[in-house]
Amino acid sequence: MLGWASKTDPTQQNITLMIEVNHLVKRFGPKTVLKNLDFQAQQGEFVALLGPNGAGKTTFLRILSSLSRQTLGEVIIAGYSLPHQAAAVRRQLGVVSHLPLLYGDLTAEENLQFYGRMYGVKGLEQRIGAVLELVGLAPRRRDLVRTFSRGMQQRLAIGRAIIHDPEVLLLDEPHTGLDQDACEMLDNVLRQVAARQRTVVMTSHDLVRVADLASRFDVLSRGAIRASTPRLGLPQDGLLAFYREALNTATIAPGGAP
Amino acid sequence: MSDSKSRWLILLDIVTIVLFFGAVGMVFFYAPLEASMGIVQKVFYFHTASFWTGMLGFVFSMVAGIIYLRTHDHKWDIVGLAGIEIGLVFCLIGVITGSIWAYPAWNTWWTWDPRLTTVTIMELAYFAYLMLRAGIEDPERRARFGAVYAIVAFISVPLTFFSIRMFNTIHPVVIGSSDPGAAGTFAMTSKMTTVFMFALLAYTFLFADLFWHRIRLGRLADKVEQKKLKLSE
Amino acid sequence: MNTVTPFIRAMNAIIWKDLAAEWRSREMVSAMLVFALLDIFIFNFALELNPQVRASLTSGILWVTLAFAGTLGLNRSMAVEKDRGCLDGLLLAPVDRTAIYFGKTIGNLVFMLLVAAIIVPIYSVLYNVNLFNLGLIAIIILGAWGYVSVGTLLASMTVQARTRDVLLPVLLFPVAIPLLVAAVKASGGFLDGSAISDIAPWLNILVVYDVVFTAVAFMVFDYVVEE
Repeated sequence: MLGWASKTDPTQQNITLMIEVNHLVKRFGPKTVLKNLDFQAQQGEFVALLGPNGAGKTTFLRILSSLSRQTLGEVIIAGYSLPHQAAAVRRQLGVVSHLPLLYGDLTAEENLQFYGRMYGVKGLEQRIGAVLELVGLAPRRRDLVRTFSRGMQQRLAIGRAIIHDPEVLLLDEPHTGLDQDACEMLDNVLRQVAARQRTVVMTSHDLVRVADLASRFDVLSRGAIRASTPRLGLPQDGLLAFYREALNTATIAPGGAP
Repeated sequence: MSDSKSRWLILLDIVTIVLFFGAVGMVFFYAPLEASMGIVQKVFYFHTASFWTGMLGFVFSMVAGIIYLRTHDHKWDIVGLAGIEIGLVFCLIGVITGSIWAYPAWNTWWTWDPRLTTVTIMELAYFAYLMLRAGIEDPERRARFGAVYAIVAFISVPLTFFSIRMFNTIHPVVIGSSDPGAAGTFAMTSKMTTVFMFALLAYTFLFADLFWHRIRLGRLADKVEQKKLKLSE
Repeated sequence: MNTVTPFIRAMNAIIWKDLAAEWRSREMVSAMLVFALLDIFIFNFALELNPQVRASLTSGILWVTLAFAGTLGLNRSMAVEKDRGCLDGLLLAPVDRTAIYFGKTIGNLVFMLLVAAIIVPIYSVLYNVNLFNLGLIAIIILGAWGYVSVGTLLASMTVQARTRDVLLPVLLFPVAIPLLVAAVKASGGFLDGSAISDIAPWLNILVVYDVVFTAVAFMVFDYVVEE
């Protein structure tokens, strides 16, 4: 199935447009959480999705990860649309949330074996070894996950997310609850994982942290993307200023309430 | 849909009240006094009609559940809930009127016969439905789970009935009795049949009336919720 | 390229995962066993059974015990997925939701049968009753399957409610009554050597229940897990 060309630049080809979201609306009963959200990500981009609490970041990510269904609008990932081609999308997605999605009573290896089987990964044994190396948990291979610190669990969670070598990685505030060392280790892993031309979308509260990691910064506020800039386009006073500016514009947007 | 009471609903209210009083009148003044049980037997009309109404409610709720799952249209959730609330109330009335009838007839408030037992189990199941809804905060999930359980509960009813019937029975079989000697049975004269049918009709209107009112109430409540949310934004 | 992981493989992965995790900690099965044994002891004192009466009550006591212990297992099995967000992990995988349903259900069946396999001999010993009866074993399997097929569906809902522990029995028991009645009568029939023609109607109900509810459960499971 051919993808959709970018709205802003008609010469873009679908193969590099990994994520495309058009006019996304999400309602929970009477409450509208996402209103007319448009979003795109090129292959290889590392997008930091910023925004205040309650803006809809987690909801947006859940829709992208196929766990939640949009009320209206198009979501196309790696050329497949949600919700109808959900299985194909899932194969291309790796998701890390603030919950590790790991089984405490199984070892690191067994967790990866389980997920590897669920994703139909070939050559699983080798892949597990490679992934554990990548996330720095090879020595803890045979240890039960419930003995892992939170930082280690998050790193293993990233391993779980990439066991099937997905094109797209979605992370929802992965640094939550981690101390400084653990954060740095996580960031190292993230850089390596992102380096393989993977497309990454990560929500975060921690501006300092994402300033180093991301190649692009989007601000989601009150249900829609209010501002977006590549790293090079950041203003002189940096990310914080850009962020504040974006939020200010959002609250006094012309044309009435958003 | 406007907020004020639809004219049809007002008409339905009136018709229902008229029919209901008509039915009560017929039961007490038109229907003959039954030989063996006297005036207590008249409870029978209300007892059976109540069950009929209750079952209507449960049937509607299962259908509403199925439709909700397919369409995700919130109004079907309200319909399902309304059906179950009505079902619960009227089946309870049915059980209580059954007790009122049972005591003079068999000298016991309760019998473990299949129909009565099945209905009581149904009451428990549908009460569980309300408990399930109460334990879930997200309205969409609440509606979905409610729909699922409404379907599961309804499907279990015939199975429950047959299994308990095989277990034992002393309930009088009024319609198409296989054992005319069973205690408490009585043959229905044609006058009784008329009253019986009329009572069923009145109760059916009562069901429709209450159902409509309850659904309307649910939708109004939803609208209030929406306006509250808009205000707080 | 085949995008959806094959049904059987996904289902087996889930069953294996549940068995392996439980084998490690053995928390759930031991809780179920202790509970079941306590149940039997309580019945002993509560009912003051003399040997004659006891024989006719055996199947009832067994099934009540299995039902309650089964609830523990069902709760625990779904709670494992809810903690640490693992249910999301299952849903993120490119697998048929029905495979998830059957994976969990078969896992639950294994645990319930395991508990039955231990308490039936113990009951035999405690009451000097011979329970090694092929018919009984068949009924236990059929009954357990019906119970876990509905139970897994309902547990996947109740585990997301605030009142999760209390809610599962409240939802499950009314709906499971035909199953329990039929299982008790059929087990009793096999134990006291009734003619197969007497037991057959109860067997019928059991089989019908199993078929109907398995069908309903796996058709409806998607709606429970998909947001």
